[in-house]
Amino acid sequence: MAHDAHGHDDGEVHVHVLSVGLLAKVFGALVVLTGLTVLTGTQDLHGFDLAVALLIATTKASLVCLFFMHLKYDKPFHGMIFLFSVMFVGLFLAFVSLDKGQYEGDARERVADQRLEAEQADG
Amino acid sequence: MSHHDHPEGVAHHFESAAQQFDSGKLGIWTFLLTEVMFFSALFVAYTIYRGNYPEVFQYASNYLDTNLGATNTVVLLFSSFTVAWGVRNAQLGQQGLLKMNLVITILCAFAFMGIKYVEYSHKYHEGLLWGGAAHSIMKADPADIDPHMLEHSHAWNVGDHGATAVKDLDPEFRQKLGVFFAVYFCLTGLHGVHVLVGIIVLAWLLWQAMQGKFGPKNFGRVDFGALYWHIVDLVWIFLFPLLYLIR
Repeated sequence: MAHDAHGHDDGEVHVHVLSVGLLAKVFGALVVLTGLTVLTGTQDLHGFDLAVALLIATTKASLVCLFFMHLKYDKPFHGMIFLFSVMFVGLFLAFVSLDKGQYEGDARERVADQRLEAEQADG
Repeated sequence: MSHHDHPEGVAHHFESAAQQFDSGKLGIWTFLLTEVMFFSALFVAYTIYRGNYPEVFQYASNYLDTNLGATNTVVLLFSSFTVAWGVRNAQLGQQGLLKMNLVITILCAFAFMGIKYVEYSHKYHEGLLWGGAAHSIMKADPADIDPHMLEHSHAWNVGDHGATAVKDLDPEFRQKLGVFFAVYFCLTGLHGVHVLVGIIVLAWLLWQAMQGKFGPKNFGRVDFGALYWHIVDLVWIFLFPLLYLIR
């Protein structure tokens, strides 16, 4: 008899089925959060604009992941795959940000040199 | 009499339905991980350019219609709801509801692309494109701009939503504006391509649903197709505030 990962004897698929009520409530919450995004997007939040926008977006993303994508009821490994992907994006962003602005000075110098050459060539 | 007692609906290289389903789940989640990395390249580009030129991004955001963006957000959220409901329908063998939800999800996807088309065509007519585009007004030297655009582009001559007219901008600023639109079109364009692929996947699922192929013992494909669709929604959840709501 096949021995499957769930440890059930029958080898059949046993999944948690989401109720329509729960799905509808999550959708409702997502719409409210979208409204909140637009509302806070039109206000001046004294430097916190981006942080607030991303916080709301992350909350919405969490709702989609946990409920619509079923991660709350799945094997933790699937959630880990998703979190790993987010972590790697963070790593990617961190390394690229370290370089941010490093070459702006060099680029400006080069453009200025090119302009100078062009002027000298004309004149 | 069959040669072996292999379970029905289970491919031969799997021992059981559970193993087949688990493999499928693992496969789709690994693929979605690659999709996140795929978009991350553009999101990182966005972050660097916005970090380096915040005033350019603030100005450019005036040219994106917040109402259309918000509508598209709700459209995609609703389509995620209907496709998640569809997975439940497949799990319970509710054929009629499954087909209905797949149809609604596809219609939402078309609505999203329709609104996208309206946004893109407006930008094309105004010359609000990446700097290298022939029709673009985002060039430092007005001599490089198509004369037709210089005459007819509202954005060039007057500006939108109270923003300064593009012709009155500092040439270097205008050139950097072209970078914003490059990022905008790459991000939303790539996302749009994913929506189109999603339509094909959903249509394929609908076709199979119409043949009654899904039920409590066979709903994996609906589940996995829905997971792809949720990622498309997730990307837009971040795109909307990052592009449309910059202050």
